[in-house]
Amino acid sequence: MILVNRETRVLVQGITGREGQFHTKQMLDYGTKVVAGVTPGKGGTEVLGLPVYDTVKEAVKHHPIDASIIFVPAPMAADAALEAAHAGIPLIVLITEGIPTLDMVRAVEEIKALGSRLIGGNCPGIISAGEAKIGIMPGHVFQRGRVGLVSRSGTLTYEAAAALSAAGLGITTTVGIGGDPVIGTTFKDLLPLFNEDPETEAVVLIGEIGGSDEEEAAAWVKAHMKKPVVGFIGGRSAPKGKRMGHAGAIIMGNVGTPESKLKAFAEAGIPVADTIDEIVDLVKKALG
Amino acid sequence: MNLHEYQAKEILARYGVPVPPGKVAYTPDEAKRIAEEFGKRVVIKAQVHVGGRGKAGGVKLADSPQEAYEKAQAILGMNIKGLTVKKVLVAEAVDIAKEYYAGLILDRAQKRVVLMLSKEGGVDIEEVAAERPEAIHKFWIDPHKGLRPFEAREMVKRAGLEGNLNKLAQVLVALYRAYEGVDASIAEINPLVVTAEGNIVAADAKIVLDDNALFRHPDLAELREIEAEHPLEVEASNYGFAYVKLQGNIGIIGNGAGLVMYTLDLVNRVGGKPANFLDIGGGAKADVVYNALKVVLKDPDVKGVFINIFGGITRADEVAKGVIRALEEGLLTKPVVMRVAGTAEEEAKKLLEGKPIYMYPTSIEAAKAIVAMVGGAA
Repeated sequence: MILVNRETRVLVQGITGREGQFHTKQMLDYGTKVVAGVTPGKGGTEVLGLPVYDTVKEAVKHHPIDASIIFVPAPMAADAALEAAHAGIPLIVLITEGIPTLDMVRAVEEIKALGSRLIGGNCPGIISAGEAKIGIMPGHVFQRGRVGLVSRSGTLTYEAAAALSAAGLGITTTVGIGGDPVIGTTFKDLLPLFNEDPETEAVVLIGEIGGSDEEEAAAWVKAHMKKPVVGFIGGRSAPKGKRMGHAGAIIMGNVGTPESKLKAFAEAGIPVADTIDEIVDLVKKALG
Repeated sequence: MNLHEYQAKEILARYGVPVPPGKVAYTPDEAKRIAEEFGKRVVIKAQVHVGGRGKAGGVKLADSPQEAYEKAQAILGMNIKGLTVKKVLVAEAVDIAKEYYAGLILDRAQKRVVLMLSKEGGVDIEEVAAERPEAIHKFWIDPHKGLRPFEAREMVKRAGLEGNLNKLAQVLVALYRAYEGVDASIAEINPLVVTAEGNIVAADAKIVLDDNALFRHPDLAELREIEAEHPLEVEASNYGFAYVKLQGNIGIIGNGAGLVMYTLDLVNRVGGKPANFLDIGGGAKADVVYNALKVVLKDPDVKGVFINIFGGITRADEVAKGVIRALEEGLLTKPVVMRVAGTAEEEAKKLLEGKPIYMYPTSIEAAKAIVAMVGGAA
């Protein structure tokens, strides 16, 4: 398992909002160690028995915190991520969808320089099956097992996790990296972690059209990966120039085509599944 | 969101990029009056949201006001790639000595905005990029520092542009300030012209705005042209759905962009053609599903609907309730196949038991079934 476990102490930014409260409850029920929340102007109150602070700096003064999850609305979301990084929180999970791209360009660079890891935005978060989730995924479909899962989508990932779980293969950690054009952490940043994780025996990489993260990941796999990787590309039938739901799922000119991604996977020896069921078959085959 | 050339030029001018004087005309008479006012040779340019206007005959020179009238008359009402020309830009013609390319676009891999500069302007830059990538010079801009004048000057030298170095660099700096100022995702000047007199002007310009940032530019958000979009896309966006009109005959509804893309791919794989992409989003309630069905079934191309749901935060029984409401109101005039799994799957199946909805246990079986029902590719 990577990034999170049952000991990870979590802060929720935007905890007093509808989404923030709902998912804080869900995370607590799953066993996540949520220790506090932040909402500017609501400091001193309580949500679900957790203390709420005005600023992240105040929260970290009172609690040791390993990770923050952000449910702040899009106009203020990048600022919230920067606040977490400046308070020294090493892992920041940005759930919010619809953040202006230039906000992300600025924030991603600054957060990296501060030494924090940003996951997202527009992502479902991270779950280590049976341990803890810092995210919005339905916990019950993730059974603890042998496969690492990393994906640009949400629902499709839950479906793949459910299928892998039902087949008895199970999941170590699942990371939803987000569907936006500029995200904090890409496939190739996470593959080294899965590569070194003793529990993870194979990795499933669920990509989609748009950008070149899959191509970069394939190059990394070819050069360094010690474990089998199974690939999937969503949106293979999508027309050029149309945004398919995710802000980042768009073919622009010759960049982001499924052909380019499939070619890169083929060159790296990554088998590609056409259906969810095939993902399971290919992982079984890879693990022998 | 795409802007018209004249809107892009207004923005660029505001940030200090020189543009040729021009005004918008909606009738040949207006075009004539503008040409009279300029008293010079003018260029009449169709203002539609597609590329390749020149090749389609949507750009014409006029030497007199009477000719401006005639050329505007020819262009107005013209159909360019499915869009009717409703307005033209009448601008002073530029005496071209050199044509360059200057563009800013997000480089997703580098996570920075990249400045692209080339001596080969006035042509399709994607063709240049494909055939002679070395002709395009790139500089990745530090988001916290912006494009500084010395960096712009170095770029002008590196790309080998000829003309007043300081003025060329100023144009690049202004272009970046405009990009940042309006939250663009693309800002291009093509061609960037050096005139016979040595002046520098943006003879054509393109700006695409970041939809996610429109909330902080209400003046620009107002420039959205509803009539240029598909009416169902407009209706769907009012409901808050991500909806894309496609060319086929099978309506697609699902939860989550990834699952919907997967569903489109499956339908294609088994020989069908999706009529749309529609994502109901996370945690959707019955009314959302009902509205989604309303939008999808309004499309006259749709001969059948495939609803693909994996319940996570979204409850499958809420989806079922929405479908049943649509059914009871007589909305479901076309066959509907459904596949539901995940949270509240059993409750959903119980609710739909005995209803005229075709249920399938897997996505692939449901895809095959709907394709068989509508009779394959349109």
